[in-house]
Amino acid sequence: MAAGVSAARRTDAEGEQAVRVATGPAAATILAAGIGVFALGLCAILGDAISPLARVFTWWRPTGPLSGVTGYAVAIWLLSWWVLRRRWSSRQIELRTINIVAAALFVLGLLLSFPPFMDLLQGK
Amino acid sequence: MEITFRDAMTVLHGMLFGGALLLAFSGAASSLRQLTDSPSSGAPNAHALTIYLRVMAALAWITVLLGAYVVYPWYRGVPPVGTHDLAGYPQHLLLANPMTAGWHELGMEWKEHIAWFAPISLTAAAALVGRYGAQLREVRALRQAAWGLLVAGFACAVIAGGFGAMLNKYAPVRGGGEVVLVHAHAR
Repeated sequence: MAAGVSAARRTDAEGEQAVRVATGPAAATILAAGIGVFALGLCAILGDAISPLARVFTWWRPTGPLSGVTGYAVAIWLLSWWVLRRRWSSRQIELRTINIVAAALFVLGLLLSFPPFMDLLQGK
Repeated sequence: MEITFRDAMTVLHGMLFGGALLLAFSGAASSLRQLTDSPSSGAPNAHALTIYLRVMAALAWITVLLGAYVVYPWYRGVPPVGTHDLAGYPQHLLLANPMTAGWHELGMEWKEHIAWFAPISLTAAAALVGRYGAQLREVRALRQAAWGLLVAGFACAVIAGGFGAMLNKYAPVRGGGEVVLVHAHAR
């Protein structure tokens, strides 16, 4: 990711004012959210398509595979947030790129959890 | 006037916590707009918005956890062999009729996953506003991210809540002990 680039800048229409803001923690937060949503979509379709994985995802029988699908996704989200925040805490990260990547991950997560798309991918 | 225990928990899940969350979005949007668009002298307190967003995130987490670990197990309960009255088994009741099966196959199967996107988005939005506060005014990409997370959380909560309401209309989660809310005299 475009790390170590110039500080995030905004040019105000009225004042050409540029400011420096440490963007690393923001980038970690935004990207981790995208990763979490994508992980949930990926776990959802894997649990739906592969029966042995559905059993692995069944952490608590009354809730079924949903317990592990969401449990793994939340764990991946929090872990990625923690790792990215540690790595980027004092760095300047290009937020525009992070926003685009996170939005793409979000859309992919949405698609992977959308039943008609899941069925399409599985040839049902 | 009475309500079953399962009905009551479903009401807590969908109408109290979920409903409060949906209502709270307009306040968050209004405050975020003021924070990011107002001149610094007239902007609202970023700390107050951070607390507001944290409460919203907490509502979203309570809603999905209550849904997944309390209501959903009742919804997907398996009827004993030979059961003809499926009223106590909502998933099987929906799947037994081709006209209602879609409410489970599309509605519940999407809702049970997409609902979790809302607390993730709102937790991230709260973290951004809490960390950067008034600096959101200065960096366009930060503002876009905060708005994106809030709007994504709202969209996912609306989809999950909408399907939840419709599912409970066609196959309500009922049963358990009865809770008497009001004693009324028969006329």
